[in-house]
Amino acid sequence: MSPAITHVTLAANEASEHRPLIITLFALFVLATLGITVWAGRQTKDAADFYAGGRQFSAFQNGLAVSGDYMSAASFLGIAGAIALFGYDGFLYSIGFLVAWLVALLLVAEPLRNSGRYTMGDVLAYRMRQRPVRTAAGTSTIVVSIFYLLAQMAGAGVLVSLLLGITSDAGKVLIVALVGVLMIVYVSIGGMKGTTWVQMVKAVLLIGGTILITFLVLLKFNFNISDLLGKAAENSGKGDAFLEPGLQYGADNLTKLDFLSLGIALVLGTAGLPHILIRFYTVPNAKAARKSVNWAIGIIGGFYLMTIALGFGAAALISQDEIIASNPSGNTAAPLLALHIGGVDSAWGAILLATISAVAFATILAVVAGLTLASSSSFAHDIYANVIRKGKATEKEEMKAARWATVLIGIVSIALGALARDLNVAGLVALAFAVAASANLPTILYSLFWKRFTTQGALWSIYGGLIVAVGLVLFSPVVSGDPKAMFPDVDFAWFPLKNPGIISIPFGFLMGWLGTVLSKEEPDAKKYAELEVRSLTGTGAH
Amino acid sequence: MAAEAPPPSTEKAALPTPEEFTEVQESAEFGELRRSHRSFAFPLTIGFIVWYLLYVLLSNYAGGFMGTKVAGHINVAFVFGVLQFVSTFLIAWWYSKHAAAKLDPKAEAIKTRMEGGA
Repeated sequence: MSPAITHVTLAANEASEHRPLIITLFALFVLATLGITVWAGRQTKDAADFYAGGRQFSAFQNGLAVSGDYMSAASFLGIAGAIALFGYDGFLYSIGFLVAWLVALLLVAEPLRNSGRYTMGDVLAYRMRQRPVRTAAGTSTIVVSIFYLLAQMAGAGVLVSLLLGITSDAGKVLIVALVGVLMIVYVSIGGMKGTTWVQMVKAVLLIGGTILITFLVLLKFNFNISDLLGKAAENSGKGDAFLEPGLQYGADNLTKLDFLSLGIALVLGTAGLPHILIRFYTVPNAKAARKSVNWAIGIIGGFYLMTIALGFGAAALISQDEIIASNPSGNTAAPLLALHIGGVDSAWGAILLATISAVAFATILAVVAGLTLASSSSFAHDIYANVIRKGKATEKEEMKAARWATVLIGIVSIALGALARDLNVAGLVALAFAVAASANLPTILYSLFWKRFTTQGALWSIYGGLIVAVGLVLFSPVVSGDPKAMFPDVDFAWFPLKNPGIISIPFGFLMGWLGTVLSKEEPDAKKYAELEVRSLTGTGAH
Repeated sequence: MAAEAPPPSTEKAALPTPEEFTEVQESAEFGELRRSHRSFAFPLTIGFIVWYLLYVLLSNYAGGFMGTKVAGHINVAFVFGVLQFVSTFLIAWWYSKHAAAKLDPKAEAIKTRMEGGA
């Protein structure tokens, strides 16, 4: 296949008459969120406001915001596309993304809320030597967030080429740049308060839009799910195989291993995602953190159940050729479904397409803001304040550093956003999950629950997991040697799996253990007593 | 509005001394709390991960079984997938019930004593 797969913008042509409507909806969302941001910025006075939204959000508000932070372009565009093209295999994403929340609920959310202050690094470095561990935690926070950002930017590029008919690279770069500028504004002005409100609004829009499309799809099939699946199987041209596992990953032992690797990365990634973890600091205490996870599980679970209707609905109502022509990885299946369900040549179809696309755009902006906040917080709080200034920076200086970091990270992600166009955004996000599960999760769990864990263990685990996960991605078919790769024209892909989790996650755990048992220093027993008592009881929690 | 509370005074809460933390950590009461958390959360975590991996492995290596039709076009794989949702909801509910009954009162008692009676 030629790498220069053209984005045949079928839907763009269909939507072209209604472009003013689409642009109006986009603009409305942007204006509303900018309003929220300015309002939130006025309320942001100290570091606890900027990093943690003043810690006064209710469990429900935070649950909604967590959902808004978590259900990214990967969930909405990526999963719908993966199911639309590969049937049942795409559904694994929905399941893995949801089950993963139990790790966060049972082991991480409450202890983190009790013992940390602003960042993931607060907990990782709690009983360790501060400077090296905070440097490591800050590094992995930024790397994970940038992987995740890459996927969101890819989603933004895809949407825009679909809707606005912009197929030139310059046009796409312009749009990615616009997203980047917006995220810089949201985060640097609104801080955690602004970001949280933007995420709540987005969650409501996304759930509302998804319920609407799900309802319309099911209505078409008289609420008979079996008929929906049957039609999807028939229309896909693949018959019953479309409803069974194996269409994407069943080819040989290698692809099966890739499926397992993806499955492991999904279930262990969530509890190591910095932009999710810092959300638990926005509620008053651990009990509220637990309740917000429960809300999130309910909301996110409901949403992922509806991806069945989105994905199989797209497969049932749109030809595979049209889905692939619009985007080779199926990223536009959900907006296309909206168009088809409303009627391709009707105003109603165009209105639905515009609405769903605006929702997808909102989805991307809110997640991007969360990611930017997580990485700039970690830069300012972990690296600048505690490493560079050795804890002597004032709160004002720290917040100033956070704002500058926001600008910097915005620019980096704009630059990277141009790279990943034809990759499925769910697959890209799964890479961020693998990196988080390899570099962050082992250290979080060891820190909280293993008395003997030492600074050396933490460093080996973070850097070991990080380097192996990122390294394997670099030499995987995601980056080179595949028509859909970031660099399709070169081939240095000696690692055959698209997701590194099956190797890098055990490696991260192993290095944490090895680093600890080979350590010459004794663990700080007093600090562990403090961390353990704090994490379970909330004594002295911020 | 919830987000407009006064600046939280807890930001600078004075921590008990390291000796007090060590003393509490070694106390029977705290040991009980730790046991209540770990003996519930650890096995359950292993349980749901095994249950999830079973689903992934069956998808990979038992395609025939997963493809068995249950009703109309709904097959075992589909039911298995939906069951993962159901089990996730149930476990979340079960843990929260356990935490409210067994963890919160113990944690609260220790916290109140340590912060108040220094």
